[in-house]
Amino acid sequence: MISPEPGHNNKPILAVSSLTKMFGGVKAQDNISFSIQPGIVCGLIGPNGAGKTTLFNLITGIYSPDEGQVVFNGKDTRKMTVDQRVRAGIARTFQHVELFGSMTLLENVLVGMHVRTRSGFWGAVTRLPWVIREEKEAVEKAEALLEFTGLMDYAHHPAGDLPVGRQKTAEIARALASDPLLLLLDEPAAGLNAVETEALGKLIEQVKKRGVTMMLVEHDMSLAMGICDKMIVLDQGSKLAEGTPREIQNNEAVMAAYLGQG
Amino acid sequence: MYALADCFRLKRQNGSDMDDNKIKNRIEHAVFICIILVLGLFTQNTYYLQIMTFIGINTLLALGLNMLIGYAGQISLGHAAFYGIGAYTTAILSGTFGISPWLSLLCAIGVAVLIAFVVGLPTLRLSGYYLGMGTLGFGMIVNILFREWSSVTGGSSGFVGIPVLEAGKVSFMSGQNYFFLVWGVVLGAILMCRRILASRMGRALRSIHDGEKASLAVGVNTHYLKLQIFMFSASLGAVAGFLYAHFVLFISPESFGFMVSVKMVTMVVIGGMASVWGALLGASLLTLLPEVLHGFAEYEMIVFGLILMVVMIFMPQGLTRGFLDMYEKARKKRQ
Repeated sequence: MISPEPGHNNKPILAVSSLTKMFGGVKAQDNISFSIQPGIVCGLIGPNGAGKTTLFNLITGIYSPDEGQVVFNGKDTRKMTVDQRVRAGIARTFQHVELFGSMTLLENVLVGMHVRTRSGFWGAVTRLPWVIREEKEAVEKAEALLEFTGLMDYAHHPAGDLPVGRQKTAEIARALASDPLLLLLDEPAAGLNAVETEALGKLIEQVKKRGVTMMLVEHDMSLAMGICDKMIVLDQGSKLAEGTPREIQNNEAVMAAYLGQG
Repeated sequence: MYALADCFRLKRQNGSDMDDNKIKNRIEHAVFICIILVLGLFTQNTYYLQIMTFIGINTLLALGLNMLIGYAGQISLGHAAFYGIGAYTTAILSGTFGISPWLSLLCAIGVAVLIAFVVGLPTLRLSGYYLGMGTLGFGMIVNILFREWSSVTGGSSGFVGIPVLEAGKVSFMSGQNYFFLVWGVVLGAILMCRRILASRMGRALRSIHDGEKASLAVGVNTHYLKLQIFMFSASLGAVAGFLYAHFVLFISPESFGFMVSVKMVTMVVIGGMASVWGALLGASLLTLLPEVLHGFAEYEMIVFGLILMVVMIFMPQGLTRGFLDMYEKARKKRQ
């Protein structure tokens, strides 16, 4: 697998322009614009309530923007539903684990493959050869993903029974099952211990090598600084800064927002 | 090397896991078929045969509703409407117009599915109480239609003159034949439900029950899926209505009223939501109880209510799950 060269000269995979979203009178997103090149890991940081999760919800189509647009892979997403966006290649994980608790890990990953498989009601009832073949291929692919994320041992355990660290990884496995071009990770390291966080960093590197572009919300700065090629800082719904981790570290506006004016 | 060996062992374990499940399902089906055969062949008493046939018809209703409530997590308080639509469609087509009942079965299913589509399209966008209210209203409207459209349905005095089912030389007049017909259909429906649940569609369905937010996010078109299951459960209801109409040969609006809808929901809840056998258990209990409690007919509703309360307090997952948990606990204690 060849990963696109991180950085320049490529058409952006995601281009957000003048995105605005109001909740009541509050501007949760205020005229946000940025673009992300394919193959990079982009960190999204900012204090609580800065609008990071709202931005994810706008990109995935849970909310629709009041103004501005999200262009994904060259296509305007304005009229696309959530599932159409997943089909187009946007996948996500949640801040608080949202696995299907009563289903096994393997089944969770198989549900993640929903948009890439097609058998429906009649397929289920008739079990024609193509349905059986599709199911077999799906299981093989799901197992490969569990192998890749190091969760194969838990394939047949109910997802709700796993420790939080494994559940976080499992969400990534499920998101990868839809063959995303862009993967949005909402605080993947929240609730993880130091060892698990390190493993997560390695996993993200591995996913990057597969050519998946990632955006992640992260509070763990050492993790974020280590794995991100680019960072965007939000504060109270507006973009405060954008640049390489080093640039962000030395940005005065960012320092002020984090440490308070003074 | 060790890792490889571990991996191999794991693969084999998983493989046998899957096979175990398959074998378990086969055994369950075999036991089910044996019980049906024994009950059908050795029961001489027509009253008992009749009760067991009703259990079969109610099982079909509970199976369909269980897919909707137990798996898709959607409540319907008007499901008796589809039961009634199935019964009246076949009654009118085969009774009034003399069409072959088998053809009218197809029409009954078609009508129920079509109505479910039209009703479900807006209603399933509602959720929780609102969906309950929406389906409740739908059930009432359909029931009023049965009652008031007397030139076609016979009104509140009922519809007389439904033909007996026949297939070639076999007449389904006899209690035994009808028993096997109904339970054959139940077996088919159970297999169908299980196939659906094990498929891509079933996984998506169960995922809605576990967390709709996440299933939307992974790209499941939840609204469309709920609609499909609503249509499927409506079609099972229509089949049950068809079997009911040609069994009792006389139908009236009371058999498809609000209380019947509530009874259907009770079957699913008591038997255990999200369990195929739970539907069977719930249907059996709620069909048998009124027969057992014949002497206290006035208190029937009180007893029903009490049972529902006790089950909800002590076994909120339903009897099937409750008994399984008790069994697991007892087994663990012994070890």
